[in-house]
Amino acid sequence: MVDIPEDLLRRSAEAKARALGVPVEAVLAEMTGEGPPVEVPRAEPMERPVTDAEAAAEAEPEPAMSEVPPRSQPEAEVEISQGAEPEVAAEEPKVAEYDEEPVPPAEASSEVEPVAAEAETGPAEVATLVEERPSDDGSGNGSGRLAAMVTPRPVVPPTGLPEGVRTQRLLTVVKARAIQTVKPDPTDKVNTWPHLMLMEFSALLAITGLLVVMAVVIHSPLLDPANVNLTPNPSKAPWYFLGLQELLSYFDPQIAGVMVPTFTGLIGFMLIPFIDKNPSTRPSDRKFAVMLYSIFIAGSATLTMFGVLFRGRGFNWSYPWRDGIFFDDLLDWVHFE
Amino acid sequence: MANGNGRTALKDRVKEAQEKLWGSQVVEAILRPGSPFKQGYQDSPRNRSYVVMNNVLYHLHPVKVKRHGVKLSYTLCLGGLSFFLFIVLTITGIFLMFYYTPTGELAYDDIQRLSTDVAFGSLVRNIHRWGAHLMVLSVFLHMSRVFYHGAYKPPREFNWVVGVILLLLTLLLSFSGYLLPWDQLALWAVTVGTNMAGFVPVFGNQVKFALLAGAEVSAATLLRFYVLHVLAFPFVIVIFMAVHFWRVRKDGGVSGPL
Ligand code: HEM
Repeated sequence: MVDIPEDLLRRSAEAKARALGVPVEAVLAEMTGEGPPVEVPRAEPMERPVTDAEAAAEAEPEPAMSEVPPRSQPEAEVEISQGAEPEVAAEEPKVAEYDEEPVPPAEASSEVEPVAAEAETGPAEVATLVEERPSDDGSGNGSGRLAAMVTPRPVVPPTGLPEGVRTQRLLTVVKARAIQTVKPDPTDKVNTWPHLMLMEFSALLAITGLLVVMAVVIHSPLLDPANVNLTPNPSKAPWYFLGLQELLSYFDPQIAGVMVPTFTGLIGFMLIPFIDKNPSTRPSDRKFAVMLYSIFIAGSATLTMFGVLFRGRGFNWSYPWRDGIFFDDLLDWVHFE
Repeated sequence: MANGNGRTALKDRVKEAQEKLWGSQVVEAILRPGSPFKQGYQDSPRNRSYVVMNNVLYHLHPVKVKRHGVKLSYTLCLGGLSFFLFIVLTITGIFLMFYYTPTGELAYDDIQRLSTDVAFGSLVRNIHRWGAHLMVLSVFLHMSRVFYHGAYKPPREFNWVVGVILLLLTLLLSFSGYLLPWDQLALWAVTVGTNMAGFVPVFGNQVKFALLAGAEVSAATLLRFYVLHVLAFPFVIVIFMAVHFWRVRKDGGVSGPL
């Protein structure tokens, strides 16, 4: 039999006394085996919240319980002694990890208080109604938010309870954290087949059609063989980098060629969700974000267009209607066959 | 059954064989239980689910999706189209690989021969090239769609980050492919592009050297870009796409109505 620490015993006694409406001293005496079994008043509450201490005390047959005829749910009893007792009674009386604000013991007794929830393996970690399914290990607990651990009571009610009434004891409250997003409210859904698939298939056909038409009409360029000694004038990057190349003609290459792509382009974009703390997704609530992004799009589109159309020999400014287009990727490659 | 000759008619025999085949263990093994191919498709909620569940590609999707997400105007299918273009590029790319040698002597001629000597060579090359441009465009537009919907907000922050990596990889794929025709356009576009790497503070020259396999674009660069283009980048982007699609579902599907 494990020695129960003094303070735990005291808390347990206080809780029990409050629940039963009897003096604390009497309960304490009973628990330590120094006093007679406490007379329980008729009007005993049926469900009593229980503290960790009481749970600990519970783990051993205590005098009050011994009034009760033989336990009818031995497996359930085992659960307690595996899970709760070593944590609470034998180890230092630490309160469960889930308990964010530990409640001072004195006030705790009447609260629903998290207790010793961190027993790694034992079923005590788990939240179930033990009464009906004593051996349920609760592994299907996934969707639960709040789960109550209830220790079993003997099926036969303690003295003073009407026939058929079982008491349940709240041992611990475990906040289950869902492992994936749980939709709180039902949403309006339709079957993927046929609704979404039809849409996707149409989109797929459309883009294939577009692509084939493009491939037939526009030929890929193939200029003269690569020659390291013959620099074409102008030399242009692929169109998706032409905006950057355009920037290079305004700013120092360190800035336009390295800082802008790395810090605004890559890191900056990755950080967007962490900078934009506005939870709303309604466009009217996020005018600033929408504006910034639109400026970004308009800016890069403009720069790219400048790079493609308005840069001629030596990457100098030129007008496409006057000097022609210096963009080999497209020019002269449109055929109709 | 039997016709006038006391023989079974051909039609009946075919039908019998068909039934036998359909009930055979091989077909049984291939088709999952409840497959509409096995039991015939009648429109019912159950069969609608089976269609999705019994196909490895379809089951990237959940059985049901939010009604608003199905509207073309919501996603514009841009993410899906980016993925589809990637598949098209993979298929046409494999075709091109049969005819292309990544060496300074052969690369240019191979591309030229592709348009003259190979059946559909020119068409496939064009599809590959314009498909690549379209993919850059559609990924960019997809990103913009996601931004305007605020779809990067919790719990989808991580998927946005994955997305940015996908954008980078898409650009890298496109850029590394740009060099492969080994003509003046390819050579100098890549020279201009990689010159920027030289401006990286402190390590500029090292970065450029690693990228080009030398001080400037050369045949060694061609090989390097080829391997990156046909192997390394596709490998990495497929992994990130897998994570991306997986997270779309784990984060609760396409983001809610605005
Ligand atoms: C190779 C490139 C990419 C592919 C194949 C791809 C594919 C997809 C697909 C199929 C979806 C489902 C919804 C839809 O179609 O819009 C999706 C959603 C999403 N993508 Fe991408 N994507 C790519 C690049 C990106 C980029 C560049 C970003 C952002 C920087 C991004 C961020 C997201 C986010 C946050 C979602 C969730 C949207 C929502 O729930 O409404 N993706 N992606």
